[in-house]
Amino acid sequence: MANGSKQIVDFAKIKATMADPYKHPVQVIDREGKVVNPDILAKYSDDQLVDFMKKMVWERTLHEQTMNFSRQGRLGFYAPTAGEEASEMGSVTAFKEQDFLAPAYRDLPQMIQHGTTVAKGFLWSKGHVEGNIHENKNMLFPQIIIGAQYVETAGVALGIKKNKDKDRVAFVYTGDGGTSQGDWYEGVNFTSAFQAPAVFFVQNNGWAISVPRYKQTAAETLAQKAVAMGVPSVQVDGMDIVAVHEVSKLAREYAAAGNGPVVIETLTYRFGAHSSAGDDPSRYRTKEEEKPWFDADPLIRMRKVLTDKKLWSQDQEDKLVEQYKDDFKNAMKEAEAAPAQKVSDFLKWTYNVPTPSVKKQIAEFEAKESK
Amino acid sequence: MAKMTYIKAITSGLDQVLNDDPKTLIFGEDVGKNGGVFRTTVGLQDKYGEDRVFDTPLAESGILGLAIGLALTGWRPIPEIQFMGFTFEAMDGIVGQLARDHYRFGGTKNFPVTIRTPFGGGTHTAEMHADNLENYFVSTPGLRVVTPANPYDAKGMVISAVESDDPVLFMENLKLYRSMKDEVPDDKYTVPLDSAKVVREGKDITIVAYSAEVNESLKAADALAKDNIDAEVIDLRSLSPIDTDTIFASIDKTHKVVVVQEAQKMAGVGAQVASDIAEEKIMSLDAPIGRVAAPDSVYPFAQAENDWIPNADDIEAKARDIFNY
Repeated sequence: MANGSKQIVDFAKIKATMADPYKHPVQVIDREGKVVNPDILAKYSDDQLVDFMKKMVWERTLHEQTMNFSRQGRLGFYAPTAGEEASEMGSVTAFKEQDFLAPAYRDLPQMIQHGTTVAKGFLWSKGHVEGNIHENKNMLFPQIIIGAQYVETAGVALGIKKNKDKDRVAFVYTGDGGTSQGDWYEGVNFTSAFQAPAVFFVQNNGWAISVPRYKQTAAETLAQKAVAMGVPSVQVDGMDIVAVHEVSKLAREYAAAGNGPVVIETLTYRFGAHSSAGDDPSRYRTKEEEKPWFDADPLIRMRKVLTDKKLWSQDQEDKLVEQYKDDFKNAMKEAEAAPAQKVSDFLKWTYNVPTPSVKKQIAEFEAKESK
Repeated sequence: MAKMTYIKAITSGLDQVLNDDPKTLIFGEDVGKNGGVFRTTVGLQDKYGEDRVFDTPLAESGILGLAIGLALTGWRPIPEIQFMGFTFEAMDGIVGQLARDHYRFGGTKNFPVTIRTPFGGGTHTAEMHADNLENYFVSTPGLRVVTPANPYDAKGMVISAVESDDPVLFMENLKLYRSMKDEVPDDKYTVPLDSAKVVREGKDITIVAYSAEVNESLKAADALAKDNIDAEVIDLRSLSPIDTDTIFASIDKTHKVVVVQEAQKMAGVGAQVASDIAEEKIMSLDAPIGRVAAPDSVYPFAQAENDWIPNADDIEAKARDIFNY
């Protein structure tokens, strides 16, 4: 081969360009609150925009109140959500009651928006079975094993397809670290192979506990991972609730129409710790890193848009915060009034038909519990 | 009534449940057009369509996730894990998720999943195809673990497993697939999922076994009979739960017992049976509890399998020791 002649394949070029279609996050409102996509914003009524803001204020207040409860020792494991309001509220509001939600542990706010109660969310955190039971609501409990909710979503989506349910999809969340799991690929790939209706969210908040996003993969975007499974995907500014909602709505329509699944990567940031159980972000990230993300706060930019439109005031927001706080305090009282759990019940639920040794143990515990 | 192999009996049982319940689904690697690598599901896709009997991508954790999600949407899934060694890839799905789900939902949701999987030594397979991995699963609350030792039970138990609202791990012994035939009714019948069976009555010593070791135990019993040692042989059939009533009734009669398994000795089914006997029946015993199990090495390379798997001679020798104690 002569020097300088073209190689039959140019891996360097492939690598340099492979992320190109994926690294243009969809945005409607930028971090300064400037509307960069007025055509899309114009599709939303004032009421809808105010509702978006209310939901984000609700989620931020929930975050703050749960941190208080945690300090008071009134909650168990809880994953803080501040910073991810646009990603979580923008996405969940694009789904319908009949859609099936498979949440992970940072997704209690979406579960509550999708129809369960705040008290149940608290009960889940406190370690009470009632926090897992959402009867007649289309959702699982928050998954702890990262990735399991992805493979289970494949089954739910295939079940929806086999049931020939109309206008119904499954939707599921994980974080940036979650995309490293084998189950992530298996879940997306199975759903794609069966062309079943699901929307897979990756809330890329930059950190899997202390491991930064860039250490998870050499891929430039997480969205591009979907291409290997034949699935369309997109990055969206996860601090822009209108952008997240618009993309989620389109994904839902696409999946519900029988085109197979969609993957959405929301670019967001976890303002607080990984969990309320002793994680300290100052051990692994710098103030210099955090600052631009804090400035990108989804509430700041939406507040500006609404204030410019004279649809929002600080006074109105303060009142809402007080009202939400009261709601959360009442929900905590409700959660704290839940009946004590019984080991005999745990044994009864282990099997449909208790085995002989379990039967014996039920009797033993019932005797103890009746004392 | 026709003579049927163990594998045909399972096919017949699966045919029955697909016919009876339109919500049943069979899926896994190669189960569709190919009818499974052993042909256990042969003909079922043609008969019931690709909607009910279908191939999945090659990923065991995905297969379990599929089963759980399908159960959540009202289906009765019958996934196949092609070889039991591959269940390691589905461990979270089986143990971390499926087995716990009825409990997690406070008993409000059922997960009627039957996982079929072949196992068992003696056919010189590649690594991870023959291992007896039941010990990992019998310690899992919420999961039933069963394994038939003959064609009649194979059909009756696979039907019961699918009809059960609990998740069931249905272990099929691949050495037995084509090595024995039984009279098996063409019509529907069920065999309970939680009961052992006395397969040979005797008064001198009890031999408790399961799966392929039941046949080895019967051979041992025949050899013992030549010396007028009358052995009773019990087929556990269900490994979780264990039917201790049947075992205890036998021990009350024989006062001597040998517990047999193909799996390694450490922990597991034989240890549990021995422990149950020690806990409840030690005063009824005239001799220590005998155990026959594989040595505690990793499952052997195929050429050495026959030196490793406990056989009728091992069982006979142990039974003589215990009988003459």
